[in-house]
Amino acid sequence: MAHGSKLITDMKRSDCIKALYPELADRLVVTIMGACAQELYDLGDRDNFFYLQHAMGLASSIGLGLASSLPNQKVVVLDGDGSVLMNLGTLATLARYRPPNLTHIIFDNGSLLSTGGFASHTTSGITDLAAIARGAGCPKVFAADNNYQFLEACAEAFDSNEMCTIVAKVEAVGPDHFGMDIALPENAFRLKRYIKSITNYELRITN
Amino acid sequence: MTVSRDNSLAVYRGIKAAGVKSISALPETWLVYLLQLAEDDPDVHLIEVAKEEEAIGIAAGAYLAGQPHLLLMQNHGFLAAINGIVSLAMSYRIPLCMLIALRGHWGEPYPWHTQGGIHTEPVLRALGIPFEYARDPAKVGLQIKQALTFAQSSLSPVALLLDRELMED
Repeated sequence: MAHGSKLITDMKRSDCIKALYPELADRLVVTIMGACAQELYDLGDRDNFFYLQHAMGLASSIGLGLASSLPNQKVVVLDGDGSVLMNLGTLATLARYRPPNLTHIIFDNGSLLSTGGFASHTTSGITDLAAIARGAGCPKVFAADNNYQFLEACAEAFDSNEMCTIVAKVEAVGPDHFGMDIALPENAFRLKRYIKSITNYELRITN
Repeated sequence: MTVSRDNSLAVYRGIKAAGVKSISALPETWLVYLLQLAEDDPDVHLIEVAKEEEAIGIAAGAYLAGQPHLLLMQNHGFLAAINGIVSLAMSYRIPLCMLIALRGHWGEPYPWHTQGGIHTEPVLRALGIPFEYARDPAKVGLQIKQALTFAQSSLSPVALLLDRELMED
């Protein structure tokens, strides 16, 4: 096990994403880099998935931009403790604008797993991301420590008319391989085209 | 020093004429009238951020959603947003149309702005971000329109630097 991680949970992020996967078919999905992106990709890449391979902390900001621009679409952000800790201000911005069509899922493995497994500030419960999200003013925050709580929170979030934040405590384990056959610009072009196809918007190039 | 209300209105008219539908911003003194205009405009969706790097993500989301988006920030905010600009916008070919208040340059009385002002243009050059200075209220509208057009066609970040001559009376 990666050093420093002492979370008491038997929940795996890969199991959470697997359980969620069928529900992601018609939602716009933004995921953070590394293990989380790989686990989603391995279940089956889709045109409505955006893998933020770097720029840690900005997945939720992209989600906010998408959700507030497309009020009729459902947006899901798959985030992580390391990424959220890099951009804690995002929780306050999300709380302020709280797009009701956004579900923000933070997988908290207490570890910077994809970059060497160093302990993050959430290890051993030192920092409580759900409490921070509540304190930031996020309207509906769930803390899930097991698969049942996670699925219950997701079901409620997907049905909710409010922005929901789910902090899921998961084990610090990831896939045994990395590699995705999609170039970064291709991913952006593809998502833009997908959104265009479902919303029929016309981009106004000003000239 | 007073912020120019008339020239702020000229800038905002330019933003509107360019077809911008959403704006992300962090409040700053030179942008005060612009932000008030945006807040009061029912046709523009304004998101104020806690730190400018967030706005790079929000701009990316708006772009992918097909919404013409503009970022308003101070140059120190631009400096704070660089990893987002490089790792998100440049890596994924996301256009950014950034209007940047150029504090700390010619005529700057406040010491705390000066280093950011001195280093803004060299950093823009180092990053290969096309930029222009906006000094003339009669021309700024066209400059904004051209900045947005160029960002969208080049799929790159572009910057229009709002100069003291324009922003102060």
